[in-house]
Amino acid sequence: MKWEKILVRYGELSTKGKNRREFISHLRNNIRFSFVDLPNIKIQAERDRMFLTSTDDLEMNALIERLPKIFGIQSFSPVASCSKDLDDIQATALKIMDSLDSQDKTFRVTVKRSDKFFPMDTYELQSIVASNVLKQYSTLKVQMKKAEIDLRIEVLKDAVYMMAQVIPGAGGMPLGSNGRSLLMLSGGIDSPVAGYMFLKRGVRLDAIHFHSPPFTSERSKEKVMDLANQLSHFGATVRLHVIPFTDIQQSIQAQIPENVSMTTTRRLMMKIADLVREEIGALGIVTGESLGQVASQTLESLTAINAVTTTPIFRPLISMDKLDIIDIAREIGTYETSILPYEDCCTIFTPSCPKTKPKLEKVEYYESFKDFDELITEAVKSREVLSFPMKKSNDFSSLL
Amino acid sequence: MIYLDNSATTKVHPEVLNTFVTVNEKFWANPASIHTFGHQTNELLQSAREQIADILKTSSEKVYFTSGGTESNNLAIFGLAQKYKHRGKHVLISEIEHPSIIEAANKLSGQGFKVEWIPVDTEGIIRLESLETLVQADTILVSVMHVNNETGAIQPIEELSKIVREQSRALIHMDAVQSFGKIPVDFNLFDVDAITISSHKIHGLNGSGLLALKKFIEIEPILFGGGQESGIRSGTTSVPLAVSTAKAMRLALEDLDGKIAKLQSLSDNLMDFLQTFPLVKIISPSKKAPHIISFSVQKIKGEVLINALQQQNVIVSTSSACSSKQTKTSHVLKAMHISDDYIKGVLRISLSPINTQQEIDQFKIVFKQVMNVIKGD
Repeated sequence: MKWEKILVRYGELSTKGKNRREFISHLRNNIRFSFVDLPNIKIQAERDRMFLTSTDDLEMNALIERLPKIFGIQSFSPVASCSKDLDDIQATALKIMDSLDSQDKTFRVTVKRSDKFFPMDTYELQSIVASNVLKQYSTLKVQMKKAEIDLRIEVLKDAVYMMAQVIPGAGGMPLGSNGRSLLMLSGGIDSPVAGYMFLKRGVRLDAIHFHSPPFTSERSKEKVMDLANQLSHFGATVRLHVIPFTDIQQSIQAQIPENVSMTTTRRLMMKIADLVREEIGALGIVTGESLGQVASQTLESLTAINAVTTTPIFRPLISMDKLDIIDIAREIGTYETSILPYEDCCTIFTPSCPKTKPKLEKVEYYESFKDFDELITEAVKSREVLSFPMKKSNDFSSLL
Repeated sequence: MIYLDNSATTKVHPEVLNTFVTVNEKFWANPASIHTFGHQTNELLQSAREQIADILKTSSEKVYFTSGGTESNNLAIFGLAQKYKHRGKHVLISEIEHPSIIEAANKLSGQGFKVEWIPVDTEGIIRLESLETLVQADTILVSVMHVNNETGAIQPIEELSKIVREQSRALIHMDAVQSFGKIPVDFNLFDVDAITISSHKIHGLNGSGLLALKKFIEIEPILFGGGQESGIRSGTTSVPLAVSTAKAMRLALEDLDGKIAKLQSLSDNLMDFLQTFPLVKIISPSKKAPHIISFSVQKIKGEVLINALQQQNVIVSTSSACSSKQTKTSHVLKAMHISDDYIKGVLRISLSPINTQQEIDQFKIVFKQVMNVIKGD
């Protein structure tokens, strides 16, 4: 099917009074970023909709395939055009129906006839096209209200435009419209989902990960890199800060009683994250914590962990059920990576019975015997920063 | 040995063989496994698929690796007919298709489809005026080869597409086994929906090939199982073969213009030479691919000539490798109405860009001797 252009309807930004221009320009940049491999795309942004065109048919098809991932788009429709010749109109209508799954659907034809010199009137054209389509697709059922396939035909001065699909977009807001935050990315199922939800609200992300070689393997780091890379597919660069955490974990082991060591570990992670956040100029910290899921995610634990900073800590999954989180993880494609069975730094020194209700004063008391600040500064300083999307890591060119 | 039977199979390119060995040594994991090794192997497989998609101008998920031309052709015939049978039951193929199309279509006609045949003229080129009357509104599939394997005749695919598109919504399958690497082939150059390619005809490995579909075209599988190749071709994908295919395709297109020019000059040279023999009739039409020369010697059996040439280390074949062991005459030559005097004496010379003018000169000397012996001089 040869499409003339793609009509894009904006998401929530239609409601944003003065900021509209900024939102649209963010959306435009996101589309440019996401389709940097399709150089011939032209973007024409209007007040309440956007048109995408390309001289290359394959690029148009790639656009249709990948647009549903771009935030800030409510829906979009591929539009075909043809001459005002009736045979041409009929043929184009059939081609559009061929490109859809047109079996056993409800169906209608809508005609808008802006060119008043067009010889046929609206109803005439409507019924001629409809009866021809129905002849080819006998399983279609005509229905005027809420038809599954609404074949819209617009007769304009220059040509006839036609579309039948309204493909849902990702919704949300274009990336960049809500500043930057730092995501704590563990490698589990939850944190990538939390990251996705923030990306969807237009927040740019850096991610932070704690790595404890030799207790955690290179593969567990690669897994997190994979996840960061997958998040970068949603429309913006994601930087990953990998913190060397071995020394800190070992001194926690040596100093802190086993049943609160987990709480201290989380507190120190949060402190480090806050320092990194400050350095990169992000406004908040995003975590995948969900209330009551594990010992570190009880209200008491969260309070004790949260006490190290006044920076806003966002927990988009806080009240979600695990199964719902898994659904989203599957949908955005991070689930398969998340369940790869590598030890991470949270699981290697797990105490047999961590306190689910740690007392903040007690934790602070135990921590007071050891000065962690130097270790923390050192860890922040010697972090590794990776940027995604990464250039293809494997070069197979000698084989191909 | 002077090998002039490159349409039967070709010698594996050393670099392709090298790729095959290296992939077997380093990336032998199952590409569907979720461990890193499997993941890497899958990445390599994807890179191969993308490279092929780039070459053929389609998207990578529409490239399905198969065991070769025959499987790809079967998949195209059964898979497309099955997928689009709601539009109609009418299928058209030409009289000169490869047996893997003809037999598949015969089977299809026993399954409630109506299969009709597009006739060819005496040059072995499909008759477009017949096509015009054959294509119906309910035609769902038209399958025509790009270059005929026995005569080298180039089929008018562009004109065919135009007629089919105008008169029906049928899909077009083009068997490009003999044309890829000798004539530019991709989905931008030809308005077709499916293309078959075989590796071992382009200095790749035996037992590998692919079916590529145009974007948005769908197909039903004919093999069922673990759902590999997007569910279209179950069975663990052979990554070494797939990567070798991608490599063979890339190498085949390197300096394609230069290769075509070379094949053309060798072919012209041979044609001029063959036409000096009064007993020789050229079977290949004027509009032919540059690598195939089909000709016949009056009242002499092809097999006799092959054996005589072989004794001098020159390898050619009768009309095709598939039919050369069968005693029955070729369906392609019959469709062209080649007269009885000539039909049994058909020889096919098929060239590769690695053939040299010296080899052709040597062939000419040997052929002359053989002809002298046969005529009893």
